[in-house]
Amino acid sequence: MAAGRRVALLAPLTGFLLVFFVAPLAWLLSLAVREAEVPRALPRTLAALESWQPNEPLPTGLFPAFGRDLIEGREAGTLADAARRLNYEVNGVRSTLMRAAREVGSADAATPLDARFFEQVDPALASPAFFAAVQRAKGPVSAFYLLASVDLVRDAQGRIERAPEANRIYIDVLLRTVAISFTVTVLCLLLGFPVALLLTQVRDRTADWLMVLVLLPFWTSLLVRTAAWVVLLQREGIVNGALMKLGVIAGPLTLIYNRTGVLVAMTHVLLPFMVLPLYSVLKGIPPHYMRAATSLGAPPPTAFVRVFLPIAAPGIAAGSLMVFILALGYYITPALVGGGADQMLSYFVATYTTDTGNWGLAAALGLLMLATTIVLYALAHRLSGGRAVAMG
Amino acid sequence: MEATSATTSLHGAPTVLAARPRRASPWRLAYWAYCALVLVFLLAPIAAIVPLSFSSGSFLAYPLPGWSLRWYHEVLGGGRWLRALGVSLVVGLSATLLSVVLGTLAALGLARLRGAWAAVLKTMILAPMIVPVILIAVGAYFFLAPLSLTSTFTGLILAHTVIAVPFVVVPVLTALELLDPSLARAAASCGATPRIAFFRVTLPSIVPAMASGALFAFAASFDDVVIALLVAGPDQRTLPREMFSGLRDSITPALTAVATIMIAISTALFLAMQAVQRRARRAAMREG
Repeated sequence: MAAGRRVALLAPLTGFLLVFFVAPLAWLLSLAVREAEVPRALPRTLAALESWQPNEPLPTGLFPAFGRDLIEGREAGTLADAARRLNYEVNGVRSTLMRAAREVGSADAATPLDARFFEQVDPALASPAFFAAVQRAKGPVSAFYLLASVDLVRDAQGRIERAPEANRIYIDVLLRTVAISFTVTVLCLLLGFPVALLLTQVRDRTADWLMVLVLLPFWTSLLVRTAAWVVLLQREGIVNGALMKLGVIAGPLTLIYNRTGVLVAMTHVLLPFMVLPLYSVLKGIPPHYMRAATSLGAPPPTAFVRVFLPIAAPGIAAGSLMVFILALGYYITPALVGGGADQMLSYFVATYTTDTGNWGLAAALGLLMLATTIVLYALAHRLSGGRAVAMG
Repeated sequence: MEATSATTSLHGAPTVLAARPRRASPWRLAYWAYCALVLVFLLAPIAAIVPLSFSSGSFLAYPLPGWSLRWYHEVLGGGRWLRALGVSLVVGLSATLLSVVLGTLAALGLARLRGAWAAVLKTMILAPMIVPVILIAVGAYFFLAPLSLTSTFTGLILAHTVIAVPFVVVPVLTALELLDPSLARAAASCGATPRIAFFRVTLPSIVPAMASGALFAFAASFDDVVIALLVAGPDQRTLPREMFSGLRDSITPALTAVATIMIAISTALFLAMQAVQRRARRAAMREG
């Protein structure tokens, strides 16, 4: 085919994806390292701090420049964003800065804008620790959000240390996300492998029918399946009702809005994603390998473990990795059937984007999630022998 | 019945033996029972909510006090659920149409293309299947705002097309790669212009792949909640988005009626997919 025609055919989708997929994603991830708020609002302050070291006395000329920035930043509307950014490092400084800006604005021209003036507003505003934080946020890039996403901070001297105990939450979220995804993957494997194996052993017509039973849930909306689990597992739900009627339990069990609910619902949603690739892997193993092993005297269990499983192992690993990758990104199901302590990484990315406006941290957590996904996908790709593992 | 037993008694015994070479051992029975339980686990939750939607009572429990269509009257009688169904269909069909057009063109351009550029392009086109959807949604949330596309149908359709288009490219590209290149040459040697050869030879053989891609693309859009949560405005509340709010609030029988309608739609999609694949298999067998 002529090169020109190829370009014409590929241009529409390429252009579309560059604009609506690649560019937004790149822009989002760039937020993880960008420092734009403080340089935009406090340019003169940063200029005055140019050659200052955190252990030196604060430079002369700093406070008048700081005062000027506060007035102009407040008028231009850029101060609020900078105050929010600095508040991540210096607790409570957000309201202090906004108050200082008001007081600078209403001070008469004769009042000198010096250290004493800001000390009276709040001692924190005249402290080297505050200006060290300002300096660290001078941009254009910093590792602040990336460090924060793994519970690390820089101290006043710029050394990396662990965040104060009360602020350490993200390592916990990461471990929880991995733990839930891992458990769901193992459950899917335990439930899915025998079914996939059975599909390869029965007659074709039976396999077709059994496949329908796997595919129907696969096509059913995620939300419908999550709703089904709410109906089944809630306090007055069908499972509790049945167990109480049978006399197995005296009072209702808490099966939902906790970890149990998340694991059950996620396993249910992801199980077809395990069965389908496993089936195609197991189907590809010629049955005469097993027959050869048994004819050479291996009992069926031995033949299964020594011949069948080793051949199937890379495919099983690839399928499991794909389920794990899908589980890592889960948001809706944990949000609907989990409790506060069961929310996964995606939930925090969404909340920081829409509710608290901490876009830098949302981006840093997103970057972490994307990097993990890419590494694991590459591994799955290699294990499955270079065949793309499609999800359809 | 009688005819069958007669056949069996005449020359059936060896056949029966051949079909069941060994008796089901207890291990084997346990294995079958386990697989049956797994399938029950997969299907029972979905099956359990369907009868609840026809209940005359307002409690989500069995036994049902009686049958009625009151929840369907509530859902389909107008208001937010009907509007959401309309939004989902409009957005889904538009995203599907856009995906099929863009995806098929790209697949035609990619077919038999080798080398680094092909690899880069394929990676970019397939990436939305792998990248966690929350990142696509957050990216769209930021990026559609300066284009004034947040809270618009256009914005939601474009964002859904991003996640739907790989589902079209993959099957169409596969179909094109499997297509015998000598067919086009044969058409040309019979005097067909490239345009006629494309419309009479290439296009008919990729139509089944386009159809299954379209079904997957529609399902991808119809299933999405995450993008709708971040990008859609009050006028673009899709069915899943409306269900999400409903479930956050408290689950009602009306919601089970909506769920049943959604099950019906996805079953229809599934059956359409089975039909498309059967036809494609038959067509392949005719050619082979």
